[in-house]
Amino acid sequence: MEIVLVGLNHRTAPVEVRERVSFTAEQSRKAAEELRSRGILQETLVLSTCNRSEIYGVPPESSHECAPGLSSFLSEFHSVRADVLGVSLYHHYDRAAVRHLFRVSAGLDSMLLGEAEILGQVREAYRYAHEYGATGPVLNRLFQGALEVGKRVRSETELGTRPMSVASAGVKLAERIFGKMNERIALVLGAGTISEQVVNQLRDRGIARLFLMNRSRERADELAVRFGGKVVEWGEWETALTAADVVVSSVASEEPVLRRETLEAVMSARGNRALFLMDLGMPRNIEASAAELYNIYMYNIDDLTEIVEQNRHARESEVPRAETIVDEHVGKFLSWQASVELVGLVDALRERLREEREAFIRARMDSMNHLTVAERERMESMMDELLEKLLLEPAERLRGEKELRRKIQNVEALRDLFLSNREKP
Amino acid sequence: MSHLFLILTIVAYVGSLIFYLGFLNTGNETMGRLGTLLLGLGLVAHYFALLERSRGLHTVPYHDLYGSMSLFGWLLALTYLGLELFHQQRSVGAFVLPFIIVFFVAAHLAPADRLSPAPAKGVIFAFHVTLSILAYAAFALSFVFSLIFLGEEWLLRSRKLGNVVWRLPPLELLERMSRSSVFVGLVSIAIGTALGFVWVDRLRGQIWYYDPKYVITLLVLLLYVLYFHLARTAAWRGARASKLCIFNFFVVVVSFTVVNLYLSQSHRYF
Repeated sequence: MEIVLVGLNHRTAPVEVRERVSFTAEQSRKAAEELRSRGILQETLVLSTCNRSEIYGVPPESSHECAPGLSSFLSEFHSVRADVLGVSLYHHYDRAAVRHLFRVSAGLDSMLLGEAEILGQVREAYRYAHEYGATGPVLNRLFQGALEVGKRVRSETELGTRPMSVASAGVKLAERIFGKMNERIALVLGAGTISEQVVNQLRDRGIARLFLMNRSRERADELAVRFGGKVVEWGEWETALTAADVVVSSVASEEPVLRRETLEAVMSARGNRALFLMDLGMPRNIEASAAELYNIYMYNIDDLTEIVEQNRHARESEVPRAETIVDEHVGKFLSWQASVELVGLVDALRERLREEREAFIRARMDSMNHLTVAERERMESMMDELLEKLLLEPAERLRGEKELRRKIQNVEALRDLFLSNREKP
Repeated sequence: MSHLFLILTIVAYVGSLIFYLGFLNTGNETMGRLGTLLLGLGLVAHYFALLERSRGLHTVPYHDLYGSMSLFGWLLALTYLGLELFHQQRSVGAFVLPFIIVFFVAAHLAPADRLSPAPAKGVIFAFHVTLSILAYAAFALSFVFSLIFLGEEWLLRSRKLGNVVWRLPPLELLERMSRSSVFVGLVSIAIGTALGFVWVDRLRGQIWYYDPKYVITLLVLLLYVLYFHLARTAAWRGARASKLCIFNFFVVVVSFTVVNLYLSQSHRYF
């Protein structure tokens, strides 16, 4: 019941390799079926995201022995030369494989530390593999553990809570003023890359209405179609600003686009309802003194960059807490694994002793012709009783062992002492 | 008289405060839930502590300064718990619990009992007092929400976000929570005061006689009506309304302390 992991990620492989080794859902299924039919893995799960492609499996024999087969399979499956793939692949076994998956699920192995999407991707990969029957008891337990780790890390630590990009920091700050965005109106000035990122964030956070304003109407129309917004003519400040709660400006302009006087008039027209201004332009698009106006909350690119930097430090400081959760669950999984293995070992041992007993009786009974059938049966039953008693007590003690390392050592010792590799459960 | 419920109450409230602080600091949801659970347990224990004392002394809780302050703390906790559940917002618990604990502990440190001058009996009187204390508790909550609003706004404006800002309620929600607390307070104080007049009328056969408490209660009522109105107007919404709310609560404190203890003839402890 060993676990093997073979894969590559953003740290070990450039995007050119990652994109060649990624799996679609259908390919994951096909790979799992082939791995099983070739006898390389009994249980399989493929986790494929934009930053990683990993195959988790339970091999029929030793995990170390099956790793080369898995590497060759990957190379063959994706038609990538083995030497190209070989330098990017990592192999983990048992404890290291469990720990790797739990760290992935926690967001500790992500390119953006603590990112939330990976947990959903792990959940989806598991759901799909479980649905088509590629997983078994070991991977089921392993991935349920991984999902629990992910949830705990997100609810008990700050690893994933703070925004890590200028756009998300701005939108999250707006939520500090207004709460949820689903009843709010946003106005985005400019239609460049930064504006697009902010629009994306606003849509993700469920903004109710989106107005777009750009000097070039064509580009604004394009964004409006893609994100479902409404284009407002450039310069219609009063109408747009009176309605909006969040204003994002990222326009290339030497002069401020929004002046204090304009905003003063707008605040009066909107009955001083709070207005959140995100100035992402360089040079700044909004006159700095507008920040002094009552109920205006204004942040420029430097403010938001500073906040992102603070958040990055805060996330990094949460890593030890997240690692503690990972370690706790790795211990739980290994303990479960040892218990399951122990049950199998005890059964195998019982079977072995029974065979020995039968051979022993057969050899001895031939010379004991004076015994009746009833006496022979009685002797067999007494020997069974003795063997069961001899087996039961140490098995119970092993099962009750609390210390994980001793438990695993005991299981290994039992296997080495009484069973050959061939008989391994 | 056993101290079991008193000890249970203080242990539960302090435990609740610790968990709420933990929640505010770490964002751990389990800590937040434990804070709420302990607050609920504290409320139950506090109720039995009040009940036990009332039975022991054969009087209502608000008959003396101890009972009155303790009842205030209980109603504050009850109102807060209601608002927390309604708004699904735990992060202000860490700010409200110290007030509840202070009132509960201060009740024990209060000077020796001074008997209420008026005969404190009857259902109308009970409602009059309970509703008045509930109003003060609701005003106290709006005071706390306004303080948090100003603190959070300052942190947002000065870009000193730290850990806490990300877990505090949004500013507009704090405004709403403050307004709804004031609304509860206004309704309670209006009904409570009207019942007070009915009770006085039945007791003395006259609906009005001069008492400084009437003047300050009227002032409190007017100030909170003013807040309720101004908090939605263009010039006042936001920080200005919060400052007014904080000022109003100082008037409530004067009414609850100076006027009750030294000026009023018929309102000692409520």
